[in-house]
Amino acid sequence: MTLTTFVTKSAFRNKRRSILTMISIAFSLMLLTLMMTAWRAFYQDQGSEQSTQRLITRHRVSLTFSMPLYYQEKMRTVPGVVAVTPTQWYGGKYIDDKPEHMTMQFATDPQEFFKVYTDYKIPADEVAAWQHDRAGAVVDSNLAKKFGWKVGDRLVIQGMTFGGDLTFNVRGIFTAPINTMSIYFDRKYLEEALPMFRDQSGTFGILANSPADVPKVATAIDDMFHNSPQQTKTESEKAFGLDFVAMMGNVKAFILGICGAVVFATLLVSANTMAMSIRERTREVAVLKTLGFTQRTVLGLFVTEAAVVAVIGGAGGVFVGVGLMWLLGHVPQMAFFFSSMQVKPVTMLLALFVAGVVGLISSLLPSYNASRINIVDGLRHIG
Amino acid sequence: MAIPISYNIRNLKLRKGLTIMTALGIALTVTTVLFLMTLLAGLRQAFVTSGDPLNVLVMRKGSNAELSGGFDANLFPTMKTLPGIAKDSHGEPLASAEWVVVIVLPRKDGTGEVNVTVRGMMPDGLELRQLPRDNPRVKLVEGRWFETGQREVVVSRSIQRRFAHSAAGDTMQFGKGPWKVVGVFDAGGGAYDSEIWGDVNQMASDFDRQGAYASAYLRGENPAAAESLKNAVSDDQRLKLDGMLETDYYAKQTSSGGPIKVVGWMVGIIMGIGSIFAAMNTMYAAVAYRAREIATLRVIGFSRPSILTSFVFESLVLSLLGAVVGIALMLPFNGMTTGTSNQVTFSEVVFGLHMTPVLVLQATGVAVLMGILGGLAPAWHAARQNILAALRG
Repeated sequence: MTLTTFVTKSAFRNKRRSILTMISIAFSLMLLTLMMTAWRAFYQDQGSEQSTQRLITRHRVSLTFSMPLYYQEKMRTVPGVVAVTPTQWYGGKYIDDKPEHMTMQFATDPQEFFKVYTDYKIPADEVAAWQHDRAGAVVDSNLAKKFGWKVGDRLVIQGMTFGGDLTFNVRGIFTAPINTMSIYFDRKYLEEALPMFRDQSGTFGILANSPADVPKVATAIDDMFHNSPQQTKTESEKAFGLDFVAMMGNVKAFILGICGAVVFATLLVSANTMAMSIRERTREVAVLKTLGFTQRTVLGLFVTEAAVVAVIGGAGGVFVGVGLMWLLGHVPQMAFFFSSMQVKPVTMLLALFVAGVVGLISSLLPSYNASRINIVDGLRHIG
Repeated sequence: MAIPISYNIRNLKLRKGLTIMTALGIALTVTTVLFLMTLLAGLRQAFVTSGDPLNVLVMRKGSNAELSGGFDANLFPTMKTLPGIAKDSHGEPLASAEWVVVIVLPRKDGTGEVNVTVRGMMPDGLELRQLPRDNPRVKLVEGRWFETGQREVVVSRSIQRRFAHSAAGDTMQFGKGPWKVVGVFDAGGGAYDSEIWGDVNQMASDFDRQGAYASAYLRGENPAAAESLKNAVSDDQRLKLDGMLETDYYAKQTSSGGPIKVVGWMVGIIMGIGSIFAAMNTMYAAVAYRAREIATLRVIGFSRPSILTSFVFESLVLSLLGAVVGIALMLPFNGMTTGTSNQVTFSEVVFGLHMTPVLVLQATGVAVLMGILGGLAPAWHAARQNILAALRG
């Protein structure tokens, strides 16, 4: 019998206990996987390559204020700017305002839009068709799939925030790197329906020459409008998105707190199991030592055993976590935040690593105590 | 005959290490669950308790938030002539036309900027929010109310706690210049607790919105009058506006916080299940250690049900211990205020985390449930085991 089989056999010596421990660890690790995925998506992922080249300009005071449309022309003159497109949120509903029907609609400039959002894939003839139909709209492929929209369909969007109903002809379907849940249409169409938007835009999307130009362009634009009545705030697309995450509350502390509680709980569960398991085997340890196994080998055996149990439990947790993440992306209420999140292989490995380390640490003390046991006392020990 | 409780307590004491670690595990879950429950309760409080059923909120047709669009200022006098409006202290109809804007303020702790709602109102706006007279919904807790025609504002207590330059006597910068903070009010956890109030005309001129109002508040004489006032506004062909009860308006916004709710429930349930398995493990071990003891108890004459009860009880004590520690761990978070964003107005909704007795009891209930679920299978196992085999063990 090799040491590996010995460890495996010991780990499943008490099947019920090992399985209960694994299930308990699996639940914790599942949560850890979800939290780490959310963290990664919010604070680490930079999005697509083009996304790092994009900026968003809004009114300095808040998103609810708009800027004059002529800013578009002025921004274009800023060195490092490739293209600028106005985007005005419309705030309407499709069918009703249930979360499963959630869409976002933006009025923009069809001539410029795909020059800024270069990573959105759409056939050229559909773009041309959109540019020639004032009532035309392009929709995210995810929305098209969900609601069964095809090119040529008509959709009615009821204005909730600003009033007015708009009827669009679907002229194109684009595929973005993430699910944008968005419908884009001609801003002239919006101006006709709601004169309050004439020559006004809520935000501007800007494409810079390179990611390195982004901070420079942001400062240049904000400086340019510093003395205008409508001051601007320009930031990278990622930072703009993070503002929305921050709106949910103190997300960072929330995620860290839960991760901390989960890791600590896993540690306790694993330590508990190992303490019970080692105590039962005091006599066996004495036998092992009588046979000539060194203190170090005995310590190693127990620590590895704990790590094996924790990693197997962890693997189960990560597996279920991946499934749950997929599920969350399809729950209407949550889709907005989770549809773009995926558990990356790095995150899975990290979760397994955490499980292993927790297993190791949790078993150190009981294993150390067991390995130091006096052979004679150990043989006499009554479980 | 029942097995004495002291038997279980003594056993828990005997294996201190195991007991403490298991209880701590349960405690962590209880803390997390309690934290999430206070969070959700605070959130609910902020929306559900907001609004007065006697107040009728008037907005442009089809709009679902006070800050979208507006209506012509000339419509307001027409509104005031509608029947069923209560009288203010001057004998005039109690009604206030208002402006709501959202501004960005830096947090006091330097963790970024937040959207905050600023509301401009008429003197009647203050009056109708301080009703009923014996138990006003909004109370002034410091300084005085703003004066009409002055660049003065009053802030809610939670705004004052969370944002810089917002104590009484300070000066805030927004719109076209400085505003003097003259007072602090408390709205008892409702939506107004996330707002800054000032004079409607001063606000409108600062944000270039003269000649129109975003909303109007009409005070009904009684619930029936409020109801008919609501319908009168909606049906009036001159106005072309929508009336709704203020309570309905806020109830519609509770969907904001949806993500927190779903994540909160999910985290609580997952951690709870994990803890049940951990407790089960400990109890199985406790049963296994005492196999011979249990068999002896059976031989003496204790029945299976009493053994079952005894071990479930032991698990229960373990989880209650966890609950006590867990509740204690939650104490530092008690009274904390935090915020989330209103999905309709994009502005911050401030709410407090308060461990009410009901919540503490509910969290304890969760722990008890974990204890029972975790203890049942091992206790069943203990009660069913073969006496002879165990005695020989």
